[in-house]
Amino acid sequence: MTQSDLGPYLFILVAGTFATDVWRWLGVLVGARLKEESDLLLWVRAVATALVAGVIGNLIVSPSGALSEVPLLIRLAAGLFGYVAFWLGRKSVLVGVLAAEAALLGAAWAFSAP
Amino acid sequence: MRNEDTGLRWFLRGVGGIVSVPAFILMASFIGFGVLCRESGITLGEAVFMTGFVWALPSQLVLVGAIAAGTPVLVAGLAVALSAIRLMPMTAAWVPLVRGPKTRKWQLILMSHCVAVTAWVWSVMRLRDTPPDKRAAYFAGFGATLISVNVCITAVSYVSAAALPPLLAAGLFFLTPIYFLTALTASARQAAERLALAFGLVLGPLLRASGLGFDLLWAGVIGGTLAFAGHKLLLRSKKAGT
Repeated sequence: MTQSDLGPYLFILVAGTFATDVWRWLGVLVGARLKEESDLLLWVRAVATALVAGVIGNLIVSPSGALSEVPLLIRLAAGLFGYVAFWLGRKSVLVGVLAAEAALLGAAWAFSAP
Repeated sequence: MRNEDTGLRWFLRGVGGIVSVPAFILMASFIGFGVLCRESGITLGEAVFMTGFVWALPSQLVLVGAIAAGTPVLVAGLAVALSAIRLMPMTAAWVPLVRGPKTRKWQLILMSHCVAVTAWVWSVMRLRDTPPDKRAAYFAGFGATLISVNVCITAVSYVSAAALPPLLAAGLFFLTPIYFLTALTASARQAAERLALAFGLVLGPLLRASGLGFDLLWAGVIGGTLAFAGHKLLLRSKKAGT
């Protein structure tokens, strides 16, 4: 391989691998110091959970690609429908996912049909 | 010797975790990534390399955008790093879940590369019910398999680049948030986790719409801190009530 063949891979290693793994390494260093049952761990866990929940919220409210073609109101209503079904179905993840998908596809199809 | 055997068995059980709803959902997302790479002029080798060595889909999307635009390496690295800050608190909360009595720090560093939303949710769901000394083997089996399979999916979808019907694609993309939301709700054991889910869900989109920088990080810190405070208040009122 010549240098120009390797160039893009070096680019990915520096701007991709290092730029993401550095946070994971820092997380390991911080996490290794957290004591089980400590308030600090409870807070870190709450922050991480809220972060992931923020990702989830954005995936519903401002998605990219094909899902963004479905109106926001349908996405929100289908999500809520699935979540309520999940609770009524005794916290069954499968029930929640199927209900949300059925609501989304059904509504999107009904409103886009000519 | 027998102990090693059971460690291997847990590793293989982790490998088997690839046949699970969260793994399938992630695979569906990576189909889209392969197609995007081809359309953006990224080579097959680079696309595959990115999935294996970056392993954070949102950051990979930023990286593809940067490469396609010809951004200099340091600027691209900065943008990717900013998109990946969330991995820090996620990994910190993951360490006490995965760590056993004999887990070394270098093992944690190696395994931490697998940490992204899917493996994190899987850890919250599965590891608390796993014997502590077998958790690392269980996670390593799942994480290594998850990455390997998605590397293959990136390659296959890049080569075939079959575009899905729009409605089907919309349904696939909708799986991820709904699955994560219900799975995390089902496995939340503390009030702080449930509150954090609710706050994050609302704050994430609100802060993004506000146009404030670092919106996701703020959603985490503000939502998590409010949830933590709520947890403490609930505990206090429960104590006062009894």
